[in-house]
Amino acid sequence: MFGAGGGTSSYREAEDTNLFILWGSNARETHPIFFHHVLRGVRNGARLIAVDPRRTSTAEWADVWLGIDVGSDIALANAMAREIIHAGLANKEFIERATTGYRQFSRCVEAYTLKRAEAETGVPAEAIKQVALEYAKAERGMICWTLGITEHHNAVDNVLALINLALLTGKVGRYGCGLNPLRGQNNVQGGGDMGAIPARMPGFQDLEDPEVHEKFARAWGGAEFPRKKGWHLSEMFEAMARGELRSVYVVGENPARSEADQTRAVRLLSGLDHLVVQDIFLTQTAELAHVVLPAAAGWAESEGTVTNSERRVQRVRRALQPPAGARDDIDIICELAQRLGFDWGHPTAEQVWDECRSLSPMHAGMSYQRLDQLEGIQWPCPDESDPGTQFLHARLWKDPVEGRPAPFHAVEHDPPVDRLSREFPIRLTTGRRLDSFNTGVQTGAYSSPLRKGEALMISPEDGKSLGVADGECVRASSRRGSVDVDVRFEPSLRPGLAFMTLHFPDEVSTNVLTIDATDPKSGTAEFKASAIRIDRIPASTPA
Amino acid sequence: MDIRTTGGPATDEEMAAVDGLLGPAESLWEGGVRRPADDHVAYGGRAARSRRHLLLPVLHAIQDRTGWVSRGALEYACRRLSIPPAEAYGVVSFYARFAPEPRGEVTIHACDDIVCQLAGAKTPDGARPAPCLGLCDRAPATLTERFGMSYDAVQSPHAAPRHVGSKLLRRVGLLNPESIAGYREHGGFVALRRAHEIGPEAVIHALTEARLLGRGGAAFPTGRKWESVAKAPARPHYLVCNADESEPGTFKDRVLMESDPFAVVEAMAIAAFATGCEKGFMYVRAEYPLARRRIEHAIAQVHAAGLLRFEIEVRRGAGAYICGEETALFNSIEGQRGEPRNKPPFPVEVGLFGKPTLVNNVETLVNVLDIVLEGGAAFAATGTRDSTGTRLFCVSGQVLHPGLYEVPMGTPLRELIDQAGGLRPGRTLQAVLLGGAAGSFITPAQVDVPLSFEGTRAIGATLGSGAVIVFDDTANMKQVLLRIARFFRDESCGQCVPCRVGTKRQEEILERMLQGRDGDRHADVMLLSDIARAMRDASICGLGQTAANAIASGLTQLRVLNG
Repeated sequence: MFGAGGGTSSYREAEDTNLFILWGSNARETHPIFFHHVLRGVRNGARLIAVDPRRTSTAEWADVWLGIDVGSDIALANAMAREIIHAGLANKEFIERATTGYRQFSRCVEAYTLKRAEAETGVPAEAIKQVALEYAKAERGMICWTLGITEHHNAVDNVLALINLALLTGKVGRYGCGLNPLRGQNNVQGGGDMGAIPARMPGFQDLEDPEVHEKFARAWGGAEFPRKKGWHLSEMFEAMARGELRSVYVVGENPARSEADQTRAVRLLSGLDHLVVQDIFLTQTAELAHVVLPAAAGWAESEGTVTNSERRVQRVRRALQPPAGARDDIDIICELAQRLGFDWGHPTAEQVWDECRSLSPMHAGMSYQRLDQLEGIQWPCPDESDPGTQFLHARLWKDPVEGRPAPFHAVEHDPPVDRLSREFPIRLTTGRRLDSFNTGVQTGAYSSPLRKGEALMISPEDGKSLGVADGECVRASSRRGSVDVDVRFEPSLRPGLAFMTLHFPDEVSTNVLTIDATDPKSGTAEFKASAIRIDRIPASTPA
Repeated sequence: MDIRTTGGPATDEEMAAVDGLLGPAESLWEGGVRRPADDHVAYGGRAARSRRHLLLPVLHAIQDRTGWVSRGALEYACRRLSIPPAEAYGVVSFYARFAPEPRGEVTIHACDDIVCQLAGAKTPDGARPAPCLGLCDRAPATLTERFGMSYDAVQSPHAAPRHVGSKLLRRVGLLNPESIAGYREHGGFVALRRAHEIGPEAVIHALTEARLLGRGGAAFPTGRKWESVAKAPARPHYLVCNADESEPGTFKDRVLMESDPFAVVEAMAIAAFATGCEKGFMYVRAEYPLARRRIEHAIAQVHAAGLLRFEIEVRRGAGAYICGEETALFNSIEGQRGEPRNKPPFPVEVGLFGKPTLVNNVETLVNVLDIVLEGGAAFAATGTRDSTGTRLFCVSGQVLHPGLYEVPMGTPLRELIDQAGGLRPGRTLQAVLLGGAAGSFITPAQVDVPLSFEGTRAIGATLGSGAVIVFDDTANMKQVLLRIARFFRDESCGQCVPCRVGTKRQEEILERMLQGRDGDRHADVMLLSDIARAMRDASICGLGQTAANAIASGLTQLRVLNG
């Protein structure tokens, strides 16, 4: 958020807020820990608003559910902003003191009348207005989102549209207010924090900033490393397609199943000169690899830290020895360095962490001892007397405002790339379920009474008009490919909307259908919006 | 709301039963049919969940219509009220009255509790055995339920009920319990008018002066309770009349409700006025259909006469002894399993729906009428110094004339038994169980004990709910003790370990001892007393705390083992 890549609030604040908007997030199933805090907030009296094309189990808890059409988030957010401005509920003082770009933004949203928003989103105008005013009037309000916002070709614009709402109403930088992307794993936040993103060094320091580069180079004994930012995942696949990227080292990721347009992804990975996969399981990607490095699990088999959605760095400890042959990630990387001619020694996890603290100012105060004592610390924590930071951007409320003011961004509605047509009339959106995780690498090994395998979920009404029965195997096709999949009727879906997960790539390769239309700024593909058709499979003659 | 449906759909009949209570479903998301707006917007959340307290009424509606609660019906109810089905099933299975399996059109509940056992009760073929139905004056008793469009429940009749008393019972049997005019002719609503004249403080002052102690069993000073609620800053205040009279051998509140319902309603009106209650609930046990009808009728009449300044809702219990415990009763009204809450906080501060709540027993409330009419001092002139007024005693068992007897506090037990006609010719007294299953046994040597709070306390007994069960020399006391042990094992809500495990172990050990099977008797006696102490010290509520009393007194006072 405005220069810091993390949610602004703490979990504790979720319990004391007055209103949640969970936008493009089925947190009830996909972020159950965070949702416990949400439920506490709800029990303490908070209102809950869910924005989601599907009426999810999160939406069942909500006071109001806005069932938008897939990919119409910006139209909704801009129309809400317009309503707030017209009702005189914009926080003028905050806007004046702590933000920039308001004039351009307000001109932009002026075009998003309720009528237009209703046409774009499908949501009745009065419901949009009600939610807008409720958010504006709430003393404390929090917007949380997940992949429903970010798995779009215009993901960053979607996020900016939500940030605009918070800036407009002064709902950031205060206790109980905030903007929170919920993270899907215990350490997604930590991965970004540690520099596992193309343009950043640990602590979100700009790789292309000469001062930053100089600082790291000095610490690393004058080592040479790139001065320009690298490729993000989608760009890597583009580079593979162009033949520029010939060797890939994959750590803890399963792109052969998790990438949109899977047929293409597998073809590109298979065509590499050299593919190394380091993982705790022999994933489908590992099966394509030239070299597989078995790794110890990050949980229970390794020492180190993880960082959760509220920016809290927490210790993890080894309780088990990894199985024979599996080695700690640090161990593998140092050994690899050794073979490449660099002696990095055999540092402990704490020594690696201390090096990180010496280079990343926002982690500087987090010694292992303090992480133990304080049961984790929320960044930034610049020195060892600092308790950590419960919520970000309190600076915006200082007089005068500290640091750079927060910018509004005028963003326009831009519908999903994969247009609906007579040939592909059904909107397929993908997502996740409570009992499974992503491509099932980590969850496939245990059974769950809730897990029913992959299916194409459609409304009973669509089933009827397509002439298919509940449970019947059908052929689902997009402009990229076809899969055969069982249909399951799901009344929480409206006619014209279908849903699949990517949990069971071995049963159904959902990502054969999805489009790799990617947001150039975030590198994320538009998993949330494909256009498909559903055909009955002609009865075949028994073999 | 995590509604994962697994059963079949509800039948039209079941849906009609639910909709009859809640009104038709307004959207697909509430269980109705899809309307165009449902595709893009839904309202629910807190508004839907705030109707959770209607779960028991909805379950009753389903069962009254169909005789049981099917999975499909339950899931439809859950959809309507936004309750996870697993949780709702936990409620269904908690209450004995709800049937999760199909039953016929008619269910006969045949009492097999202490008093009806003494009267030679046998569970007829096809009938379901039941704990005390509160009809001990006509033992052996039954309750017959007929399910369907016109649900009906009928208690076994009594040809010549005996209700003897001059104060609380003075109108009983003299007036038509369904006529408000009749009640007026017998001095009805004079106390309410008087209360309005003298104001809330004066009413509470009179109560305090009267030194009235609660008649439900706990004997808490009523005036102090009213004062606390009146002064509680949180709003709203709730009034709850506890008519979940389930203590075996007790039927006094039933008689008051059946025969003098307007008095109960008038007393509730005074209580609400004096303590500032905005809303009242009357929780009547499921086994009292006539009482419930009469009370509902009386409330409607008083309301129509413009004498009720607040709303009273009648709630039906569902067959759970524990719901007589006040906080379990709150949970039951709120649509939960009837599990007691930890105290403190006490109901006067945090009660029903988390708000200050005045909860009184029926008999306690009816006492208020005379206190307002004649003043606290005059009321206190009856009875003893520490136990003022009169008391209703439900005399049952092996006496000539079982019935309800009102006597001044302090009257010797022997005199009460004599009033009930004494024992049958040629019989001698073996024991009296005072206070029901949660009470204790009185030996023939103790039969002159004065029936006052302090008098019974002096011999380690309690008045409890006013149940007086008389056993002559022909009674099989081993059977009685076993029945009591079974009762508590059945009725323990299972929430806290000392009671859940203790009541079960108590029954097992007692069975072993009484059947004279192998085992070290001395060790078993020690074990029973250890369990009793654990239950008394560590149970959350009065059920577990008193579950060993009667059995302990039976073994030590009556020496049942030696007999």
